[in-house]
Amino acid sequence: MNLRISTAPHIHHPVTTKRLMIYVLLALLPATGVGIYAFGLPALLLIAISCLTAVLCELIWQKAAKKPVRISDCSALVTGLILALNLPANAPWWLAVIGSAFAILLVKQLFGGLGDNFLNPAMAARAVLLASWPVHMTRYVAPTFFSGVDAVTAATPLSTKSAELMDLFLGTIPGCIGEVSKVAILVGLLILLFTRTVTWHIPFTMVASVFVFSFLFGLGNEEEPLMFALYSILSGGVLFGAVFMATDYVTTPMTPVGQMIYAAGIGLIVAVIRNFGAYPEGVTYGILLMNIATPLIDRFLPRKIYGYQKEGKKA
Amino acid sequence: MSEERMSLGKVIKNGIITENPTFRLVLGTCPTLAVTTSAINGLGMGAAATFVLICSNLVISLLRNFIPDKVRIPAFIVVICTFVTMVQLLMQAFVPSLYDALGIFIPLIVVNCIILARAEAFASKNGPVASACDGLGMGMGFTIALVIMGAIRELIGNGSVFGMNVLGNSYEPMLLIVLASGGFLSYGLLLGIFNLIVKKSEEKRKRKEAEAA
Amino acid sequence: MTEQMNILLFFVSCVLTNNFIFSRFLGCCPFLGVSNKVETSVSMGLAVTFVMALASLFCYMIYNWLLVPLGITFMSTIAFILVIAALVQFVEMFLKKSSPTLYSALGIYLPLITTNCAVLGVATLNMNNNYDLLYSVLNGTFSALGFTLAIVLMAGVRERLESSHIPECMKGFPITLVSAGLMAVAFMGFSGLV
Repeated sequence: MNLRISTAPHIHHPVTTKRLMIYVLLALLPATGVGIYAFGLPALLLIAISCLTAVLCELIWQKAAKKPVRISDCSALVTGLILALNLPANAPWWLAVIGSAFAILLVKQLFGGLGDNFLNPAMAARAVLLASWPVHMTRYVAPTFFSGVDAVTAATPLSTKSAELMDLFLGTIPGCIGEVSKVAILVGLLILLFTRTVTWHIPFTMVASVFVFSFLFGLGNEEEPLMFALYSILSGGVLFGAVFMATDYVTTPMTPVGQMIYAAGIGLIVAVIRNFGAYPEGVTYGILLMNIATPLIDRFLPRKIYGYQKEGKKA
Repeated sequence: MSEERMSLGKVIKNGIITENPTFRLVLGTCPTLAVTTSAINGLGMGAAATFVLICSNLVISLLRNFIPDKVRIPAFIVVICTFVTMVQLLMQAFVPSLYDALGIFIPLIVVNCIILARAEAFASKNGPVASACDGLGMGMGFTIALVIMGAIRELIGNGSVFGMNVLGNSYEPMLLIVLASGGFLSYGLLLGIFNLIVKKSEEKRKRKEAEAA
Repeated sequence: MTEQMNILLFFVSCVLTNNFIFSRFLGCCPFLGVSNKVETSVSMGLAVTFVMALASLFCYMIYNWLLVPLGITFMSTIAFILVIAALVQFVEMFLKKSSPTLYSALGIYLPLITTNCAVLGVATLNMNNNYDLLYSVLNGTFSALGFTLAIVLMAGVRERLESSHIPECMKGFPITLVSAGLMAVAFMGFSGLV
């Protein structure tokens, strides 16, 4: 029994949706825990506010539109949690409220609710917040858990490149709440793979693609392109995005080949934006842009030929 | 006589409400999206377009029996273009700051679908007075829509309306709304709200009629 | 080498960073009107690309070789729109005779292009930015490709939205505009590339 994502209809079934969402929540738990441990009370408050707003907005919309209330399927909770984990720990509380409300009301429910949105709600909301309040969204604090001193504002390693690889891996660096500790994210990935909530295609292709393109872009400019590429996949939100955000069922292609093209596209866009663009991070935009391209990928890939194939090599 | 006036009033009302070019017909979307970053820009664009609409409708209506049917579209465009160039030069001379703010969208009034659409659909078939009124109504409908959208976007994206600080200094403006994507989002949402209001009022009227019957 | 690099950067700028639809609002009418099917939007994009490249070329020549020497640059708008209208007519006749298949694919969109503000817009932008002949034509072509990219992506999304449970009052233009807004947010990621 392979829980293949290629057949979308199961997502409409509330019981199955609920089970999948609980697996995702379970997988998010380590990253959430480390985030709260690292950043303390502010992070906990942000997470709580964001989740609460998301569920409330879903409830209010479904009541107002006289639709069946489906908050118990936990999908709104997942959106709220993922959005909170994508915020800097010292972001003001209203940022979480506006972001969650935007994600649920405008990106998800306005298009018809779960299964009908063409963009990942949390990602779209994050991009909106970043465009609207860039200062709040890029003021990161260093984790306080090892030193006990007060939080200090610091640049994210993406812009200073001062952190060591090990620090990046363990999460002792400034960043968004959920993305700092790569160990916790990898534990989450194992949970998702083990419960067959996601397949390996998207996360692995995306990380590999970021690695390859960073290496290529680093060839001319960096002293050690290999280290630079390694650094690229461990810094910022690449791993978190690859495991939790790029894998959203609703907004990804249906076939494994399509998913790999999609994930490789994200990797390319991330590397391009990081190396040549105005923003230090490109994961959000990479995912959103490939979400937009997803209908076209699905349309132009011959499903019948690839759909029944055993996991093939890249087309 | 009074009947004539009634129908002229109706023509104007048609442009402002029933067939509002922005919210009902969804014409002229480019300037609507581009210049509504502030209420004053919306007003300026609306006024310029209204001027062109009235003049071009009037002239085209006067010339409607002389223009051969085959070349009517190019002829309309030449008439419209003449007035657009006039507006352009006038604005450059008297309101240079507004001219700079609206930029490329002033010459682009030429290809604003509202104007050509009214020339084709109304002015080429009706008398000069009615055509001018139609231009006035449509222009006002367009202007009102632009000012509403401009005011809303300026309020959210800048905390002010017509340049006056309304929301106080502690308000942190949502920059996105005055950026490109904010234009699409606010237009789409306003359109949705407008549709909802129209639907609700129609339902209400129907219910009343049903009760009366 | 550097010239080729410049052209590549110019391409990225026109297609991604300063996309005609998502950051300049030029050509929104066909973008909203003709984007409900992928096939038709590809045809529309190709037709616009064809006309915009030619319009950039001819408007450049008319402006620099006729209007400037005569000192009547204030006539630029009227000259450009006449050039574009004539061009569209000419292209339509030419295609009808030389390539009936292409004509049947693009035919119905050609008349619409006269009033596509992207075409007049690109001619005016070329003039305002003082591009030379090469860059005018490149600007026309690349910007139109950006338009094509936007309209095809939009068509893909709209085909998908057809099966969605969108609230009644948002169907049609409203949801298309909201989708375009969200797509524009995503395209902001490309800012600063050039």
